[in-house]
Amino acid sequence: MIAKPRIPDLLPEPGGPVGRPVPRVDGRLKVTGAARYAAEHPVPGLLHGYVVSAAIARGRITGIDTAAALAVPGVIEVFTHRNRPDLARFDRTWQDGDAPRGSPFRPLCDDEVQFSLQPVALVVADSPETARYAARLVEVTYEAREHRTDLHAHRHDSFTPGKAKGGFEPPPPPRGDPDRALALADVRIDARYTQATEHHNPMEMHATTAVYHDDGTLTVYDKTQGAQNTRSYICKVFGLPASAVRVLNPFVGGAFGSGLRPQHQLFLAVMAATQLRRPVRVELSRPQMFSFGHRPETIQRVALGARRDGRLTALIHEAVQESSRHETYVEIVVNWSGQQYRCDNVRLDYRLVRLDRATPLDQRAPGAATGVPAIEMAMDELAFALDVDPVDLRLRNYTDTDPNTGKPFSSKELRACFAQGAERFGWARRRPRPRSMRDGRELIGWGVAAGVWDAMQGRATARAVLGLDGRLTVSSATADIGTGTYTVMSQIAAEVLGLPVEAVTFRLGDSDLPTAPIEGGSWTVSTVGSAVKAVCDRVRARLFDLASAMDGAPLGGAGARDVTFAGGHIVVTADPVRRVSLTDVMRSGGLPAIEEEAMSLPYMVARSRHTLGTHSAVFAEVRVDEDLGTVRVTRVVSAIAAGRIINPRTAASQISGAVVWGIGMALEEETIFDHTLGRCMNHDLAEYHVPVNADVPEIDVIFVDERDTVVNPLGAKGVGEIGIVGVPAAIANAIFHATGVRVRDLPITLDKILMRQEE
Amino acid sequence: MRPFRYARAAHLDDAIAAGSESGTAFVAGGTNLFDLMKADVLRPDTLVDVSRLPLDTIDDTPDGGLRLGALARNADTAYDPRVQSRYPMLARAILAGASPQLRNMATNGGNLMQRTRCYYFYDTATPCNKRAPGSGCGAIGGVNRIHAILGASPSCIAVHPSDLCVALAALAATVRVTGPDGERTVPFAAFHRLPGDTPERDTTLEPGELITAIDLPPQGFAAHSTYLKVRDRASYAFALVSVAAALDIDGGTIREARLALGGVAHKPWRDSGAEAALAGKPATPATFAEAAGIVLRDARAHDHNAFKIGLARRAIVRALTEAAGGKHP
Ligand SMILES: Cc1cc2nc3c(=O)[nH]c(=O)nc-3n(C[C@H](O)[C@H](O)[C@H](O)COP(=O)(O)OP(=O)(O)OC[C@H]3O[C@@H](n4cnc5c(N)ncnc54)[C@H](O)[C@@H]3O)c2cc1C
Ligand code: SF4
Repeated sequence: MIAKPRIPDLLPEPGGPVGRPVPRVDGRLKVTGAARYAAEHPVPGLLHGYVVSAAIARGRITGIDTAAALAVPGVIEVFTHRNRPDLARFDRTWQDGDAPRGSPFRPLCDDEVQFSLQPVALVVADSPETARYAARLVEVTYEAREHRTDLHAHRHDSFTPGKAKGGFEPPPPPRGDPDRALALADVRIDARYTQATEHHNPMEMHATTAVYHDDGTLTVYDKTQGAQNTRSYICKVFGLPASAVRVLNPFVGGAFGSGLRPQHQLFLAVMAATQLRRPVRVELSRPQMFSFGHRPETIQRVALGARRDGRLTALIHEAVQESSRHETYVEIVVNWSGQQYRCDNVRLDYRLVRLDRATPLDQRAPGAATGVPAIEMAMDELAFALDVDPVDLRLRNYTDTDPNTGKPFSSKELRACFAQGAERFGWARRRPRPRSMRDGRELIGWGVAAGVWDAMQGRATARAVLGLDGRLTVSSATADIGTGTYTVMSQIAAEVLGLPVEAVTFRLGDSDLPTAPIEGGSWTVSTVGSAVKAVCDRVRARLFDLASAMDGAPLGGAGARDVTFAGGHIVVTADPVRRVSLTDVMRSGGLPAIEEEAMSLPYMVARSRHTLGTHSAVFAEVRVDEDLGTVRVTRVVSAIAAGRIINPRTAASQISGAVVWGIGMALEEETIFDHTLGRCMNHDLAEYHVPVNADVPEIDVIFVDERDTVVNPLGAKGVGEIGIVGVPAAIANAIFHATGVRVRDLPITLDKILMRQEE
Repeated sequence: MRPFRYARAAHLDDAIAAGSESGTAFVAGGTNLFDLMKADVLRPDTLVDVSRLPLDTIDDTPDGGLRLGALARNADTAYDPRVQSRYPMLARAILAGASPQLRNMATNGGNLMQRTRCYYFYDTATPCNKRAPGSGCGAIGGVNRIHAILGASPSCIAVHPSDLCVALAALAATVRVTGPDGERTVPFAAFHRLPGDTPERDTTLEPGELITAIDLPPQGFAAHSTYLKVRDRASYAFALVSVAAALDIDGGTIREARLALGGVAHKPWRDSGAEAALAGKPATPATFAEAAGIVLRDARAHDHNAFKIGLARRAIVRALTEAAGGKHP
């Protein structure tokens, strides 16, 4: 069943739920602890697996002595590459829906060690404590080979990846003659920017509870952003039919991309459960959360040339990024620069270096949160060199068409973001000179940066069932990773059928539900929301047809366009006394329930003629201790253009959460590697710093008005990622404004400020 | 966690007797010990739980000082009105550490005995002389941004992570200890040790000895003292550099000074040479800079921590200036 190519646009009713700050419908379950996460589902007879992690970065396992572990009372089995079951052979079989090109890591496949902390054994026991203890007793010996984990040392050994992943666009070909234009420019900026490796570190650790049933079927509770992606991975790897595997992830304690791909705890739990024919849970420890995907370390060069009036004449943005040896992870880092600014001479270049690390993995605004900070810091440097206001410089190079493709933007209210953000922040009072604002020993700085992200949409299906009790249940196999999916889907359904939000139940997190893609890329409202609207439109049409055929013509022959659905009734808009309740309509038609299913597809043609994106302008204030180099962020205003906002409360929560992370990227977060050992060393939350409450100031979120009829029938673009993109550069630029020293290496820890000051 | 035996000590004598057995560890709040056991860094056979011993009070001493029970919680100590009014620098130091939840659990004795936060010490897959004597020091030539600039050795460059101890060093506290041979007192400066070639030993406490109390002398420098902690985020991070600074000032002239640093050495780093140089001088930035120079005279950096030398210099001047100004923000 495919919905008509074009679902009519959503026209929210003035009093309707869409656009209202509806509190999270699952909030109560979460704060009372009733919401269960992957490691919290009680299962009788559950066994517990604990992972043994590799001590070296590259080499061969020469021996695994499991005798001492097996001798511990309560230990059931120790799985290694020597006693694992026979598994799928071909890389294709191991590739999940988010896999880049290459050979996915296969846990316990053979004696090869590909990265430090790689799982090399799984101890299964009757309690988690026993499993963890016995895991310490597994003696692994290695023959180490020379490894390389240092991006800086190997940055010249790079290559240009092709289209190594769905959704990835290699940089467009160069335009004009950027090197010559740079040489001839009135004013030039040419600098190197670096960004550290970051691990996702969601609050909930990755875990899987795999329940093996006597008939050979499996129920799997997994921490994932896509129950169906997990299911298809299990089916392919273990050779099972889809009907034999059900994956559930009704609640996910944050993921930020770490759950886009099946992680090794899933494989290990399912392998152990099927081998032992018992339910098995594997939960990673916090240090083991550093054993898989991460935001890749990146080195960038941005060179800008401009005329005295601020118009860009040359733009060169080059990035070198880590990937693993076995897979070609790619993300869009440099293309944004060519898309954001009007310039005739542009070269964008993106290269990878293979390192002996786990394959990187999409992390909130992958690529954009890396590339945009570099161009936005460079633009700030250019503004300073030209003595032009940084907002003004961006407006002088503003573009309403995408210079990379020549296509217009479907909508782009970035000007309004700058105007409203600046107004709220009080930007006009900024003194342009660095070190010109202070309070005692503290230097005060104001910085600004723009942000940009995609407005993607995929294909999804939703089912709706309206019962005689007036309750509507809508379902789709998407996920709610804390973003508010349950809530906004309920709002959209309620809006279309004129029901109170409380009358709607949205179900997700179950691979048996109608098809939905992984939740990521800020596309869930767009993708699943459109399917929800499509299916509710169908229910609405059925109800209207039934009502029109009713005895006594309660709607008096009104057409479909003449009626409104409100308060559980169909109401003739011009004559509201003419009305009929939805349940009366169903009763008169003799229907105990109305059930519909619909799939929604993106507007391929309209989309292909446009560039679609969300935009932001972020303003930040910092206070830097002049002597000690410590930085406090004291104010952030983030103005966002993301189409229609379905729920300003959950949307603002996404933006302010992203600002917090942006503070972390700017000032604190870094996975520190010892390159001699090829191992990350700060693998816990005491030493891997994320912002604490005391680091987080008042965050002011503005959603500017933006209408878009290309993006999808909802006119909504999604806000999960745009909130982080502009933040690191806004803070870095504010630090420059405060101190007059430019630190181009994120995170900007106090040592970097002090060292630069002394230069 | 490896299996272990657990015994709760009802009396001090029981604790001492049990604690003298090899493979035994005392546990108080457990906030450091349990973490290290879970990480497989410490592997005691027996835990002797001392948390119920009646050593949790804070009492005035006849000489006008204060006795802090070893089992008094960090939070209770920091919020004790006598500590707040007579030893504000100490209260500040405690509250600069950890988080409210941890301070509610953590005891004063445990705080003295907490182990370094050196990454390699915590990761059993890496070399570390402190954890596994003779295995080498991973931090030398490795990742050492948070490591020592003073008093380190070729065996170990770890730092002591405590805030409370830095204030205790500056206050010249005394540690009261009871062991199989009875009670003894240890001047604070002699309690923690430098790594030398036995970095596995953090303190001069002998096996089986239990800290029972920490005595504060009457002089608390309440009018002119401060604790300044510089770290990578506003809260809940260990010190990169911290300074406990205390002055006794008479008409603009320093009569007596105390100066101790945290985050720079294997022990809380009190410099009596710098203190002596401050005495009798005017309380001015130039005097303070001179003192900082004395403290850091022999400072030595590793690959990633050179910034600590300049930072320590600035932090010392800042702390002494604040102390002289009598500010307690
Ligand atoms: C995430 C985190 C952040 C932290 N941040 C800071 C910080 O910023 N600043 C700071 O100063 N501290 C910090 N701490 C450390 C904290 O202060 C210590 O863990 C705490 O003080 C230890 O006290 P405890 O009673 O829990 O000790 P326990 O964990 O019970 O014991 C620690 C050690 O002391 C021994 N011990 C305990 N009591 C006695 C005694 N009476 N006599 C002899 N030996 C004894 C034990 O055998 C053990 O070896 C932090 C801790 C954590 C986990
Ligand atoms: S500095 Fe000390 S604690 Fe750290 S690795 Fe070296 S020996 Fe171990």
